[in-house]
Amino acid sequence: MPLLQVTELRTSFRTDDGVVKAVDGVSFSIEKGKTLGIVGESGCGKSVTMLTVMGLNNRRITTSSGEAIFKGDDLLSMKPARLREIRGDDIAMIFQDPMTSLNPVHTIGRQLVEAIQLHRDVTRKQARARALELLKAVGIPRAERRVEDYPHQFSGGMRQRVMIAMALINDPDLLIADEPTTALDVTTQAQILELMNRLQREFGSAIIIITHDLGVVAETADEVVVMYAARVVEKAPVHNLFNRPHMPYTWGLLGSLPRLDADTERLTQIPGQPPSLLNPPRGCRFNPRCPYVMSVCREKEPELTPISNDPTHLQACHLDEQTKDREAAKLLSGTMAEAS
Amino acid sequence: MVQYLVRRLLWAFVLFLAVTVVTFVIFYVIPANPAQLVAGKSATQEDIDRAEKFLGTDKPVYVQYIRFLNRLSPFGRIETAPGDYGGWGFKEPSLGTSFATRQEVNDVVFRAAPVTASLVFGGAILWMLISVPIGVFSALRPRSLLDRAAMVFVLIGISAHPVWIGLILAYVFGYKLGWFPITGYCDMINPGTDCGGPVDWAWHLMLPWTAFAILFAAQYVRMIRANTMETLNEDYVRTARAKGAPEGQVLRSHVLRNSLLVIVTMLGMDIALALGGAIFTESVFGLPGLGKTALESINAFDLPITMGIVVFATLAIIVFNLIVDLVYAAIDPRIRLN
Repeated sequence: MPLLQVTELRTSFRTDDGVVKAVDGVSFSIEKGKTLGIVGESGCGKSVTMLTVMGLNNRRITTSSGEAIFKGDDLLSMKPARLREIRGDDIAMIFQDPMTSLNPVHTIGRQLVEAIQLHRDVTRKQARARALELLKAVGIPRAERRVEDYPHQFSGGMRQRVMIAMALINDPDLLIADEPTTALDVTTQAQILELMNRLQREFGSAIIIITHDLGVVAETADEVVVMYAARVVEKAPVHNLFNRPHMPYTWGLLGSLPRLDADTERLTQIPGQPPSLLNPPRGCRFNPRCPYVMSVCREKEPELTPISNDPTHLQACHLDEQTKDREAAKLLSGTMAEAS
Repeated sequence: MVQYLVRRLLWAFVLFLAVTVVTFVIFYVIPANPAQLVAGKSATQEDIDRAEKFLGTDKPVYVQYIRFLNRLSPFGRIETAPGDYGGWGFKEPSLGTSFATRQEVNDVVFRAAPVTASLVFGGAILWMLISVPIGVFSALRPRSLLDRAAMVFVLIGISAHPVWIGLILAYVFGYKLGWFPITGYCDMINPGTDCGGPVDWAWHLMLPWTAFAILFAAQYVRMIRANTMETLNEDYVRTARAKGAPEGQVLRSHVLRNSLLVIVTMLGMDIALALGGAIFTESVFGLPGLGKTALESINAFDLPITMGIVVFATLAIIVFNLIVDLVYAAIDPRIRLN
């Protein structure tokens, strides 16, 4: 049984402009100790998917349906009090912007201690000892002194380390990292990713990493879910996805990566904008931007189906497999040869 | 810290000079002669000249201003008789003597200040008691019945003139229902002839407090609601929820403290401003506070009393500014006093 099994998840927000279907029938699962990457452009619903699973959307304007079975219980239908017990204990979350994700008026020590004492019946002293242990584990120098500092006294990278410490403090089974490196500079990004990889080995947590950065996915994930306009368009083990991507949107993402082996003046980009989720296009949602668009794409939405010779590799596209193989090979002969 | 205080005090002194100079100048732009008023309608030119010399208004403005500063400073030339000066030395700081009644201005201010302070501090407590729960609750339940009711209250509170609110309260609760006295003030500590003590004091102030608090409560509800809603959307509030904190704890330790930061500044400044005289409320309810005294002294061209109240109000603003800064630094670690 997978650790978390999400089935047909749908989330919509009531806004002044109408109902936004931010997540529209998303399914995936993650095994214990594994890493799942969720990739897609901004606004494709990848963060909302995980916020829905955590029950962190604004309840007054949100409706969700589907299932998220975590260790046998459905997170979406359980009582808020029970979900609170799971949040921060069995499932922890790291957010995108470490500059704003810590409360500026409390010391980081206090915020770490709070995270423990919400779930464990321990004394303040024990909680502090544990907080210190985690701060050392995430590589905060002079942790004994810094535990009394306020968030504004830390750099962005250090704050993200504090966030990671706070997330891991109760030994969660699942860690959800929502763009954990996006707000950081490149060298810090590498350090944080390495830290997360190391801690995953130490703590044995499963990780769901939400990102728009395929490099991050290549470095961390075992399996990848590609989302476009609130739906899953491709899902595969990381090696297969990079070796044989099956969906023109994924090709677009891969093609827009900077290359070290070629002198390109400009990076390629996917033309156009992601569609509005208030009123998504008929048929395949990617059809207005797809260079391979056929008439069927405008009529019928493709199902997420396994490819012929690999049942673990799912994709949603009407193109025939020969064309896909040819185009994927063309793309890979360039960019991704060294990445895979 | 010390450096900060020194700098603040220097600025306070500059502010004090600026405010008093402006008040002096305004007073002399007004085409009226206090000596004329003092000497009476049937006074001869000779009488008026004598009164002018006696009051010191025969001298140019800058001389009068320097005399005012000299009286106010604890070290300076000692005044032996009005307009006559002896040697230098230490003396009691004085705000001067009233043109109209010859009372010591120090006494006038110190009699009126506790009345205004009672009104302002009591009112501030009342308006915070009203606005914090309503503001926070409306932020938590936007568009709920309570939120809409609160917004109607805010609209009325901000639009209605305090005099009108005061008169309505006095009419309904004082005259029609007879629950509270309509006018008058009772000393809290020293019982006078007819009333006194904390109970009479509070009973007499109920209507003024309410009238005074409604205006501010309306503004504060709106501010607290807006601030709390903003704070509820902060990332660190989401972090707290992701940690598994129950809503009550999220509100207490992550939302309120951050959203009330701005309110501290507002509260300090409003109290300081109101200490200079809550003119409308005091006038409606006949409270002998600084506002009413200031109004009377301006009507009587009684410069020393007006100046006395201006000095007091300026000091109140300076002191409360400093308190606000210190409190702010204490509750927000990002602010360091230097």
